[in-house]
Amino acid sequence: MIKRAPLILGNKSLKDITDDICEMVETPPNGKFLALLGVSKLLFLFYIFIMGAIVWYGMGLMGVNSPVGWGTDIVTFVFWIGIGHAGTLISAVLFLFRQKWRTSIARTAEAMTVFAVMTAGLFPLLHTGRPWISYWLFPYPNQRGPLWVNFRSPLLWDVFAVSTYATVSIVFWYIGLVPDLATVRDRAKNKIRKAVYGALSLGWRGTARHWNHYEMVYMLLAGLATPLVLSVHSIVSFDFAVANLPGWHTTIFPPYFVAGAIFSGFGMVVTLMVIIREAVPKFKDYITMDHMENMNKIILTTGMLVGYAYGSEFFIAWYSGSKYEVFAFTNRAFGPYWWAYWTMVTCNVVIPQVFWFKAVRRSIPAMFVVSIFVNIGMWFERFVITVTSLHRDFLPSSWGMFHFTFYDLGAIFGSFGMFFTFFLIYTRVLPAISIAEVKPVLHVGYEEDDHE
Amino acid sequence: MSNSKKIIAGIWDSEAGLIEAAKKAKAQGFDKLEAISPYPLHGIDEILEIPRSFIPYITFVMGLLGCAVGTWFTWYVAAYDWPLNIGGKPMWSLAAFIPVIFELTILFAALSSVGAMIVLNGLPKNNPPIIHPDLTSHLFALFVPEDDKNFNAEKIESLFKELGAQEVKHSEF
Repeated sequence: MIKRAPLILGNKSLKDITDDICEMVETPPNGKFLALLGVSKLLFLFYIFIMGAIVWYGMGLMGVNSPVGWGTDIVTFVFWIGIGHAGTLISAVLFLFRQKWRTSIARTAEAMTVFAVMTAGLFPLLHTGRPWISYWLFPYPNQRGPLWVNFRSPLLWDVFAVSTYATVSIVFWYIGLVPDLATVRDRAKNKIRKAVYGALSLGWRGTARHWNHYEMVYMLLAGLATPLVLSVHSIVSFDFAVANLPGWHTTIFPPYFVAGAIFSGFGMVVTLMVIIREAVPKFKDYITMDHMENMNKIILTTGMLVGYAYGSEFFIAWYSGSKYEVFAFTNRAFGPYWWAYWTMVTCNVVIPQVFWFKAVRRSIPAMFVVSIFVNIGMWFERFVITVTSLHRDFLPSSWGMFHFTFYDLGAIFGSFGMFFTFFLIYTRVLPAISIAEVKPVLHVGYEEDDHE
Repeated sequence: MSNSKKIIAGIWDSEAGLIEAAKKAKAQGFDKLEAISPYPLHGIDEILEIPRSFIPYITFVMGLLGCAVGTWFTWYVAAYDWPLNIGGKPMWSLAAFIPVIFELTILFAALSSVGAMIVLNGLPKNNPPIIHPDLTSHLFALFVPEDDKNFNAEKIESLFKELGAQEVKHSEF
């Protein structure tokens, strides 16, 4: 009989698991962590300065202009939202498919979702140019009629999709955290700690009747988050697909965007997991090489899915016989933005092919490099879709180029400062692996004849 | 806490030990026998005769409500309260409203399920009595509250000891 590989290495007892995972929350950080946090916070401060300048002086600081009216803000918004999707895929979709290996990485992947959506959410607000009246995006009774929002606009669908996604992701993450927060509370030695984690844990005590409702709600949330995550990136793609612009107006966009989102998200999960494994050697028993390999397989699969989408777009442009479509795609690959297009293809389709080799799938340095390339490639994918479609439309006299400014680059790189600051603080204040979810899978791979 | 009950709890150090003890203790006819574990236990619901959670019905009804609210609201805004001709499209453009209606369905269903769980589990509780701090880490407990129909302190104590409890405690829940 083929044996299942253990999900958790090192023959741990239940107490070992609690001790290992709580250690991060209960010990003061070392110098390496503080240095990393310092760099992230510096970048975050720089980002705040960049955003402050853009809000104060206006959108003129950024590169958007006629004809490219959607630039860095929209590109980076889609990039971060996409990254969030892998977290929901791991925590909800793999849960429904009963993939037990998800338990060790679900918490951190879900945290990544929450922080990525928070990072993403600022960009459209910045892009409006007047973020102080961004509450106008929501339909609320007002004294102007009331003048309501336009529900026929995909941009408004996005407001609803992203805010619902953010809410449900945070709730799902928090509900998963409740039993673990109770564990931290019960281990707390000092009063403040006990009070804070006690309040956060909602007074959880884990009776059988509590677990009964809890497990049901967790499953329901997973079942609700799954269609939600698919809808969110579909709706993000409608922002483009509903427009009549060649290069945007394609029916392939929703599945193409969802596949791309999962692809980029897994890229980011691998990046983060490599960092966590290096920072906390104990976690190597929980986030094993098998976990990393599984994720690399998903990167390979979804990378080929987006590769297929790139090919399909060109085929349909030719097959449709529309000369505007043909022009948009020829211009995309061989026009002035050829470098962005081929960066995208290289990073997203060519480089992940190295994962066909098992040795590469199981090599930490190799997967780290590939995951960085995936992140870069997926940023360029959104850049290619947004900018190359806009910069040359139907009328050659209105053609133009998009010019990056210092503030564009500052917003792109600065947003990583925000994301990593939140993420690093999270690893120190909340259990980074789900304690209550890891314990039931402890026996997997050890007791082979005990199948349910 | 004023509303906490006196209980007698036995503490076990393994899942198998607790499951075995729960079966035998339940056979003694306690109607409010309860278990505490650091993670959900396989099969404990059947042993303690805990019915399947009815939260899915709440989720379903609230999802329908979210769908209805979304449908009504988009109609009210776009076709009734201030109809605006946008691109010559019908005032009541249902197809274009589906994304918003869908998101509201999910939002209502998700938040009400969580709300129902919190209410049904009697959460949040500030500083509830903890029987043993390791029950959220690696120990398991069975307890009988004082309002159980078969409550008899001495009997329960000896029963738990007989069933292999490593510790029997008088506590509160």
